Amino acid sequence: MVVVPVLLWSGDASEPVDENAVGAERAEAVARTCAACHGTKGGFETDIPSLAGKPEAVLEAQLLAFKRDEMPGATVMPRLTRGYEDDELRAVARYFASLEAN
Amino acid sequence: MGLLGAGTLLAAGGLRVYAGRPSHAHVAVVGGGFGGATAAKYLKILKPDLDVTLIEPNRRYYTCPFTNLYLGGLRDFESLGHDYRELQEDYGVRVVPDFAEDVDVDGRRLKLAEGSEIAWDRLILSPGIDFRWGALEGYDEAAAEKAPHAWKAGPQTHLLRRQLEEMEDGGTFVLVAPENPFRCPPGPYERVSLIAHYLKRNKPRSKVLLLDSKDNFSKQGLFMEGWEEHYGEMVEWVGLSNDGRVIRVDPDRLEVETEFGTIHRASVLNVVPPQKAGLIAHRAGVTDESGWVPVDPNTFQSRKAPGVYVIGDATEAAPMPKSGFVANNHGKVTAAAVVADLEERAVPKPTWANTCYSVIAPEWGITVANVYEVHDGELREVPGSGGVSPSGAPADFRRNEARYAEAWYAAISQDVWGTRPPG
Repeated sequence: MVVVPVLLWSGDASEPVDENAVGAERAEAVARTCAACHGTKGGFETDIPSLAGKPEAVLEAQLLAFKRDEMPGATVMPRLTRGYEDDELRAVARYFASLEAN
Repeated sequence: MGLLGAGTLLAAGGLRVYAGRPSHAHVAVVGGGFGGATAAKYLKILKPDLDVTLIEPNRRYYTCPFTNLYLGGLRDFESLGHDYRELQEDYGVRVVPDFAEDVDVDGRRLKLAEGSEIAWDRLILSPGIDFRWGALEGYDEAAAEKAPHAWKAGPQTHLLRRQLEEMEDGGTFVLVAPENPFRCPPGPYERVSLIAHYLKRNKPRSKVLLLDSKDNFSKQGLFMEGWEEHYGEMVEWVGLSNDGRVIRVDPDRLEVETEFGTIHRASVLNVVPPQKAGLIAHRAGVTDESGWVPVDPNTFQSRKAPGVYVIGDATEAAPMPKSGFVANNHGKVTAAAVVADLEERAVPKPTWANTCYSVIAPEWGITVANVYEVHDGELREVPGSGGVSPSGAPADFRRNEARYAEAWYAAISQDVWGTRPPG
């Protein structure tokens, strides 16, 4: 395996590049974090709900409501969603909605 | 040679060398816990034509998270065991049941205890922790047979449980907690909670004493509130400022001595000793004088050895804690960084989060949750995000977090190892 160092526009190969703000790759990367409680690709149903294949509008409304503290009784989700931009949450909703439900 | 029979097996003077298939990059992952098993699985999800070899000596892996529920009588030990069939059969990870005892970073070879070698293009180490035997006077491997640490799941966990079962009603359980950093920051406090639960039911005249080398600990206010609610006088916590720091252990007498000379006698003594990164990290030369591994916060590539990535408890990743959730997160981010590196693409922006559940009593759970980012080359909490459960929350809030703790354990186990029943 020969590795050719690639010069990026940033001039530093160790500096991460985030050229398209919330593209599909970024949405998937954020969504991978969700898997620790919702299962791989959001598809594991327990007392914590599965996310795969749920309607995009519902997921988006819920994520934004968590972030705005408009979900009475919510536990960890308001604290977590406040760590992301609204557009990231929308992209994550779109990603989970695009997956097949289990 | 596992399921990927297409892998190259080179024989050189009787030495067996596992390599990947020609023209396929080969990533070796050491350690099949929350970090390593996740990394192996997500490497195959992200790049199915990659050859991935996972080296883990245990055919069945028992998690340290949730051993406190077993110790408290709330959970069967076997429910904490996971194997690698799903990674092998569904994801195509080659699993080698062996112990990685040395590594040649320049030659890109791993040496396994049984004599074979692994040739790799990229190496991910997820070795967990080792104990700094003797760093606390009197506490070495032999002492742990009398005063268990039970900080790695397995025989030590069973030993502690047996000692609790044999303890007389009216005895004192003593837990000695270390300074930061250490594996599972809320772990000692969850442990005394659930052992108090067991004692309250079975040996109600007993006491629980936590001697701490710190004045502050994870979710402190919530633990204190929960102890008062459920265990009253039974649980006593003594912090650093009140002479809580233990400086010497006598495993034969089950006594400990504190900084200012107080001797505490235990009926059952549980010592959580000072820690460092697991063995292979030291062999790879990626640790620093702290005993832990400094890494690039965007990729978790070692700052000392290019091509070597280190994840999980072994790393210096503060403010991210040494938790199973975080190790799982490291595994995914590092898998994506390794794939980008192999494909000569820019490193994707990492996503860092943690959620830690602690169970204080059967229907009483608490959490800390955080999101992190890299800012000016350092990890930090995303401003305005994260935090702990509210203090003084109603019982149904605590009950929900206890319920979600169980759900979290099932879900993260699915994400790391899968859900196949034992084969």
